[in-house]
Amino acid sequence: MSTAVVSTSAALGRHFVFDAEAVPEPRPFSISNYELPLEAEDDLRIVCSHQSTINHQPSTISPPTFGNRKLPRGNSLHISDRFTAIDPRLAGLTPASRLSVRPAPEMISSGIAAIDELTGGLPRGCLTEICGPASSGRTALLLAALSAATQRGEFCALVDASDALDPQSAAAAGVQLERLLWIRCGESSPQKTRQKSDSKRNEGRNAENRLEQVLRVTDLLLESGGFGVVALDLADLPPQAARRIPLATWFRFRRAVEPTSTVLLTLEQQPIAGSCSSLVIKLQTDSGCYLSKSPLAFSPERIPITEISHVPSHAQLLEQIEIKAELIRSRLAGKPVGSAAVAFASRTAWAEAKAG
Amino acid sequence: MPFACIYVPNFPVAALLRAEPELRTQALAVLEGKPPLEKVGAVNEKAGRIGIAPGMTKAQAQLCSELALRPRSALQEASAHAALLDCAQSFSPRVEDSACDTALLDLAGLESLFGPLPTIAQRMFRRAADLGLVVNVAVAANADATLLAARGLAGVSVIPLGKEAEPLGPLPLEVMFADGLTDTQKEKSEQLLATLDRWGARNLRALAALPEVALSERLGQAGLRLQQLARGTASHTLVPLEPALVFEEAMELEHPIVLLEPLAFLLNRLLEQLCNRLAVRALAAQELRLTLELDYPAGASDESDDLIENRGIPSESDAPHHQEKSGFAQNAPHNNQHFSSTRQNHFCRTLRLPLPMLDAKLFLKLLQLDLHAHPPGAPIVKIHLAAEPSRPRSAQGGLFRPPSPEPEKLELTLARIAGIVGENKVGSLELLDTYRPEGFRMRRFVAEAEQKKSATGQKHDADQKLNSPWLTDTAETKSAITALRLFRPPLHATVTLHDRQPALVVCAKRKDVQGDVLWKAGPWHISGDWWEREAWARDEWDIALQNENGVALYRLVHDLLGGAWFVEGTYD
Repeated sequence: MSTAVVSTSAALGRHFVFDAEAVPEPRPFSISNYELPLEAEDDLRIVCSHQSTINHQPSTISPPTFGNRKLPRGNSLHISDRFTAIDPRLAGLTPASRLSVRPAPEMISSGIAAIDELTGGLPRGCLTEICGPASSGRTALLLAALSAATQRGEFCALVDASDALDPQSAAAAGVQLERLLWIRCGESSPQKTRQKSDSKRNEGRNAENRLEQVLRVTDLLLESGGFGVVALDLADLPPQAARRIPLATWFRFRRAVEPTSTVLLTLEQQPIAGSCSSLVIKLQTDSGCYLSKSPLAFSPERIPITEISHVPSHAQLLEQIEIKAELIRSRLAGKPVGSAAVAFASRTAWAEAKAG
Repeated sequence: MPFACIYVPNFPVAALLRAEPELRTQALAVLEGKPPLEKVGAVNEKAGRIGIAPGMTKAQAQLCSELALRPRSALQEASAHAALLDCAQSFSPRVEDSACDTALLDLAGLESLFGPLPTIAQRMFRRAADLGLVVNVAVAANADATLLAARGLAGVSVIPLGKEAEPLGPLPLEVMFADGLTDTQKEKSEQLLATLDRWGARNLRALAALPEVALSERLGQAGLRLQQLARGTASHTLVPLEPALVFEEAMELEHPIVLLEPLAFLLNRLLEQLCNRLAVRALAAQELRLTLELDYPAGASDESDDLIENRGIPSESDAPHHQEKSGFAQNAPHNNQHFSSTRQNHFCRTLRLPLPMLDAKLFLKLLQLDLHAHPPGAPIVKIHLAAEPSRPRSAQGGLFRPPSPEPEKLELTLARIAGIVGENKVGSLELLDTYRPEGFRMRRFVAEAEQKKSATGQKHDADQKLNSPWLTDTAETKSAITALRLFRPPLHATVTLHDRQPALVVCAKRKDVQGDVLWKAGPWHISGDWWEREAWARDEWDIALQNENGVALYRLVHDLLGGAWFVEGTYD
């Protein structure tokens, strides 16, 4: 499948293709695309009770891997046979070069204590998805992560598909703006600007242009390296448009970011990267949990917005949004976690200033 | 006191071969004079072997099909001369610019730095070769003897102290007369040579052996001076050159270039020469200035741009207009590239680098990307490239420092990204001292590994906090700040009022931003710049609308001057 996608995108002259354009190809059987079922992988775990002269402790040996994928047993046995030919005592051993003991990724703070408590932070060298509908606190979480990273002295990049970043909000969140590279994707690339007057583009074409720019820019940024956080803001793109990014692209991003210490963050309405993401956090709000209080009376109680219509609008002030964060997927713990959620509040800048 | 001399034999040919190294394997003749009276001024060794000699007419030389004919180029000779001086000044600060093809150096005290004199001479020879020049290098204790040895002896020659006369003896008398003399001086020198030739003195040894008194009686002080030169005993005071840090390379093209690909090929050559020259002076480039001389056809008008576009280089005459139109008024375009093209014959591009760099490939890529975004618009007949020198960047890495992008790589990445999204759409942010909406500007993103908080930086932060009192330190509080996601441009909305408050919002462009207002706060009235023509005044409302995923919060804006309603963004 991935081969077909790459070849089609190359033929089209862009870095990705849409699902409708991808031509499925039959997958020939080979080691590289052979995937074992989970039970079979478990069966392959070999317990070596051989008492070697060097190490007398029984050791557990994992089957050899190819990238993240475990190789079939036959390949391992072939090498074992070669070892046996050298020395019979080496039977059943796996060469160290074939062992893939991958250390757990380093976790960094997301800037929000509740999220750190839920997920353990954001993993470096991995793809993290933050999804949720509008007004669910996605941007607040993104800015908190960028703020934490820039205050650690790291450089960050924000690929803004919709050109939606509010600089005042970023500054209020504590982002060191001189350490943030902001890339504002537009509806049309500079090369195509002249053609704009010739033909009006529809909404779908604009989203496609933005997506194309986002993916090309992200490729360049990941190739350049050195960024602490690379964030892709796809939050305003329609889910059906964002889903058209082929899985091969996410695999490529994951591969590019894997050996680095970069945190790759995406903001979207729904999860789109599939199994490529190591962490998926879903944010949502409850329609009744906005805290609004009168600036005149300073009443501390929480009032659902549906019940305060009688209060004059000039006597109300949006102070904070209560957000529920749910951990949808985490591949960091080795197995999918159960449903876990925390709640936190994002305060408006003026409320924070008043409190501080 | 030892001296060294670097001499470029056959300078017009050498300058040409430096610009076009592929001609080294061919027979080459350099033409002088104005058409149609062009004559061969200089030839290389291969051309001499096939019978081409200086003084032949162009028509005669053209009879030889293997011969490459090139016009003499003052620009290339100036570049070669500058490279020669760079080579000399990379060894010694005391350099005399003796002639366009000769540089004289004082080597006093350099032995402890570079090794013995033969080693220094060898290194000079290699360094000149790196700069594209095949030179003669001579080292001697006498400045004039060094000069004569360099002119007469090929390759590297080191003359021991007190034995100057021996190696100089077999040299012909012509080495004492430098090239580039005026007509009067030439006549005098020719008369002298003719006289000496009649006396049977055809080399320096014969001149040195003549009796001094008799020579003085017949030729005067000039004859004695020549004899001292021939004996290697004459000397003159070195006149050191004030080092002018000018790094320029230029190339005149015989045929105009209409495509960017061959232009890149030539730029690569110029950049390599420039970088080599900077490298020998232990400098780096902070800024590159590319000037292209264009070949506009006579009486060219705006309609001719279409014609040029079809030939390969599209026109850029609309670029300034486009820059004015795009983006916000506050968002100044990238200031690293200054566009100053006019309808004149010169097209200039300036590439300002955030840090001093010295990588010809990187420069080439940056120039390519820049020219791709801003094509010259007409065929190119002359290329001029200049570099602003600066001290190289020195940075000490640290194990425990956070990662940062490599400046060279980042610069190229930013240029590529600018090619994708546009020049004024990539960079870092700078807030302006205003409450006006979109009160910010884009500035160049520079990733400096160590950004110490300077006094100015702290002042800037303090000013920023003063202007924006809601700024907080999230590292201390660890609470999220509700962000506003802006719609650019703001969504035009039709608002139904009830008791002068928004009750229904309809956005034609966004189906999800419409409906009854569930909740509202406001209006928050702000205005500014009332003393200027760009005055603004607006009422802001925070509203909640129901959509398919729940309730979303928006900022609704009523432009009090224009009367229109906009949805400016959504709280997220």
